[in-house]
Amino acid sequence: MAVVFEKPKSLTDAPFHYCPGCPHGIIHRLVAEVIDELGIEGKAIGVAPVGCAVMAYDYFTCDMIEAPHGRAPAVATGIKRCRPDNVVFTYQGDGDLASIGMAETVHSAARNENITVIFVNNAIYGMTGGQMAPTSLPGQVTQTSPYGRDVKHCGWPIRVSEMLATLEGPEYVARVAVNNVKNVKNAKKAIKRAFENQIEGKGFSLVEVVSACPTNWGMTPKAALEWVESDMLPYYPIGVYKDRSAGEGK
Amino acid sequence: MAKVTFNTDMCKGCGLCVDACPKNCLAIADDKLNQKGYSPAYMQYEEKCIGCAFCATMCPDCIITVEK
Repeated sequence: MAVVFEKPKSLTDAPFHYCPGCPHGIIHRLVAEVIDELGIEGKAIGVAPVGCAVMAYDYFTCDMIEAPHGRAPAVATGIKRCRPDNVVFTYQGDGDLASIGMAETVHSAARNENITVIFVNNAIYGMTGGQMAPTSLPGQVTQTSPYGRDVKHCGWPIRVSEMLATLEGPEYVARVAVNNVKNVKNAKKAIKRAFENQIEGKGFSLVEVVSACPTNWGMTPKAALEWVESDMLPYYPIGVYKDRSAGEGK
Repeated sequence: MAKVTFNTDMCKGCGLCVDACPKNCLAIADDKLNQKGYSPAYMQYEEKCIGCAFCATMCPDCIITVEK
């Protein structure tokens, strides 16, 4: 019998500390599979965020560094400019990338830094206990919006992919989801493309992965993935928002 | 015939593999606890398994190996 599916070699044996049913594990695995397939384990350098994925450095076998909150694209910029032959990626959540790290994200995209950004959007601050994030949906109940997000008071959630796609800078901006098998397979294709762009020297690639947070949404893992389909994807549609080499987007 | 192996002690019993299985082969062992204290997933009907690896694709903890 041939092995059809096994744990990728670029993941360590350490058990994930994530809550049961948290799609972070799926997204870690997709990144590791892409690193395996491209044969870049020896020269990949990952930048971990502050957030639930703060300990991502325990899980990948490639070199990893932990950046201050939101500063992963700035740290990755420095690494890539010093070591242009290495493949540098960041792995960030929505609290990290879209809130405190928005400036670093927008400017590294505008400069078209040759890095890969994996952006996990689960519409909430996970690690700190479920506070409202810049990506929380209108009416979404969180610890800091117990009556639901009031857009008159808190503003509207930010669609990061659409916003970055308006810039001249970035090479590739896409949004994917991991709520079912089909979307997971498509997410892997987008992540692979983002790494290939960097290897080919094309520039800034960002893949926004619409994820779930069963614990802080107060749902079962199954219900959380259904909520992604019914509530998140209508506000955050899947798609390629910018692909300069293919001539899509601006 | 396909063979699905679980690293049972790493399972957190989230059940995403059970929902992903198109042949309803998998189940959660409600009467058992693993090292972590979760009720783990297990293969209930091995003869129905087609080795599609959908369970492993959705497993957030990378505990499933599929052979075919």
